[in-house]
Amino acid sequence: MSRRKFLGLAGAAGASALIGSSAHSASNKHFEGYPNSFGVLHDITLCVGCRSCEAACNRVNELPQPDVSFSDVSVLEQKRRTSSDAFTVVNKHANLKNSKVPIFNKIQCNHCLEPACASVCFVKAFKKTEQGPVLYDPSVCVGCRYCMVACPFDIPTYEYDKAFTPRVRKCTLCYPRIIEGLLPGCVESCPTGALKFGKRDDLIKIARDRISKKPEKYIEHIYGEHEMGGTSWLYLSGVPFKQLGMREDLGIKPAPEYTAGALSGVPIVVGLWPVLLTGIYAMTKRKEKVADLEKKECVKEAIEKEKADANAKLAKAMEKAETDKKTAIDKAVKKALEEASKAKVEG
Amino acid sequence: MSSETIESRKTYLNAFNICAGMIVLIGLFVTFLRFTGGLAKVTNLSNYNPWGIWIGFDLLAGVALAAGGYVTSAAVYIFGMKKYHSAVRPAVLTGFLGYSLVVIALSYDVGRPWRLPYPFIIQQGTTSLLFEVAACVALYLTVLFLEFSPAALEWLGLKKARSLAVKLTMVLTIFGVILSTLHQSSLGALFLIVPSKLHPLWYSPYLPIFFFVSSIIAGLSMVIFESSLSHKHFAYKMDETHLKEKDDITLGFGKAASLVLAGYFTIKVIGVSVANNWSLIATPYGLWFLVEMLGFVALPCFLYAIGVREKKVTLIRWTALWTVIGIVVNRLNISLVAFNWHLPSSERYFPHWMEIVISVFLLTVGIIAFRFIVTKMPILYEHPEYKDEH
Ligand code: SF4
Ligand code: SF4
Repeated sequence: MSRRKFLGLAGAAGASALIGSSAHSASNKHFEGYPNSFGVLHDITLCVGCRSCEAACNRVNELPQPDVSFSDVSVLEQKRRTSSDAFTVVNKHANLKNSKVPIFNKIQCNHCLEPACASVCFVKAFKKTEQGPVLYDPSVCVGCRYCMVACPFDIPTYEYDKAFTPRVRKCTLCYPRIIEGLLPGCVESCPTGALKFGKRDDLIKIARDRISKKPEKYIEHIYGEHEMGGTSWLYLSGVPFKQLGMREDLGIKPAPEYTAGALSGVPIVVGLWPVLLTGIYAMTKRKEKVADLEKKECVKEAIEKEKADANAKLAKAMEKAETDKKTAIDKAVKKALEEASKAKVEG
Repeated sequence: MSSETIESRKTYLNAFNICAGMIVLIGLFVTFLRFTGGLAKVTNLSNYNPWGIWIGFDLLAGVALAAGGYVTSAAVYIFGMKKYHSAVRPAVLTGFLGYSLVVIALSYDVGRPWRLPYPFIIQQGTTSLLFEVAACVALYLTVLFLEFSPAALEWLGLKKARSLAVKLTMVLTIFGVILSTLHQSSLGALFLIVPSKLHPLWYSPYLPIFFFVSSIIAGLSMVIFESSLSHKHFAYKMDETHLKEKDDITLGFGKAASLVLAGYFTIKVIGVSVANNWSLIATPYGLWFLVEMLGFVALPCFLYAIGVREKKVTLIRWTALWTVIGIVVNRLNISLVAFNWHLPSSERYFPHWMEIVISVFLLTVGIIAFRFIVTKMPILYEHPEYKDEH
């Protein structure tokens, strides 16, 4: 191991010890997803809006039956989003190139490589698995809904109507099925092959291939390859993704990197504040002590001065008394002498 | 003493109590609906808008406005500004009540409130800023409780426990500052994860700093505002020191608030400049941003300065109220107004009246608790038995 690599690892270990083990952003290398993890390629140009995927999703996840049957495509006239009863929905979009052929696009959890939902959950209810799916564990969820706030794709939904057991709901990429070697429900049911399941790396190759073979059909962008650090779902389209209501301004930075700075501030605050504050306190105390000392000094001086004054006064008084006494004696003596001489004269 | 009993007797059936009583009754009713029918029964929250005013107002604004506790105790105990000593207890009490209400409000908002200890005992999501907020708020609530305890212990006459609690003051104050720095800034950092959802004029990598600095402003303004209210309603409870120091506090805290507001204004401007977002000012959101910056930051900064210079205590008090409103506006802007700004209006959030009822209800409970404690415990005066003990 090179010295540099070792230092890098040590640094990463230190950082992750501070902010937890699952933050990939703590290492200095860009996390590119688990190798061999799975994903789905959605070729939007092949989607016909039949809603088979919605029906399959409903079935395999045992979701409640909707009011309108899945064979009724009139619901496509309205814009819809995922809900606690529907983990995936297909939306119809106007085609600016050819107004007669609308474009259909399916939305569901994109299973981000570094999911915002997982990085913000304060009980780790969300987890990115090595196989690709981002899973949610309702047995620990507190229901703060920060995951919903954080998801850049507005995917997680909530059972607002449940008083005691509300859960966050979203697509699982059919994790229970793929670990058994089955296809995700939606992929299995898609009649046109618009959905393709496979290793993410392979899917990216296939997507590149399709673009280069038919550059007139596709725009040159695999949505999800880099968005928010990359997602397990990948999309190909014939029109800019923006026209399909997909954000193109998300950037390529994985979600946890946005908060890494704030988290690394924690040890600094915890380390520095006590030092600074105790220092300030000590200074204040010292100032007070100095002021106190000065005060005492002043008092002492004053007392001494007072004492000295008093002494001086006393001495003066004594002196005066002394002289007074002397004069009195002198006077008395003088008087006596005078009287004596008077008596002599008279006698 | 006798004037006090008369006072409390005649206040039993006044407008305040009747009003508060009604709010409490409606609040309890909505509480019942919330915990039996789920969030859907009483809120307008949706899959696009998972956080409403219970987070925007009760949590974000609530925590900021409860910052008076750490700001005041730091000023007095750490920076040695002894002349504000009489402001400490009311500020700590407001902080303690404020944080308690935040926790109560949270248990309305989260789906399974009985699991609120889970982040600590089951699994720690340490990459989450919400974890930091939760941990700090929990710890700080404990600190505030201990900081507040001398008053309660004096009231109960437990001298030994009280002197122990007083000995801890310094350590608790430092602890309080650390915890407050962390969670006040983390509340801003909560929104770092959503650059794509929060309007660029409000989104900034400096959000944690903005939140921390503005919490100081909120704390200072709340102390002024709260002390002027207390003075109006509980003057008979105050001792000479409190009455004498009251104007000192207003002037001193007003001066500090003016300075911090000026600093806050500067860093906000830097934030917009660094992101090079000036072109967005000429949009409707930009106008609203200007209202916040000029009306609720620059204006109070200026008014505080005038008030302090010309010793106009009343002006400072009104400015404090205005600043408090400004903090609420700022927190609501970030969590609700500028959040999800790209969504069409049909998908935006507006609070259900029952959500507002719960917020008002909790606020009322806070005021009732404050009244109760202030009339019973030595908050606004020094307990005669402990006069010279600090
Ligand atoms: S799309 Fe949203 S819910 Fe799905 S993994 Fe990414 S952040 Fe999580
Ligand atoms: S709602 Fe549940 S899963 Fe989502 S962040 Fe909160 S605790 Fe985690």
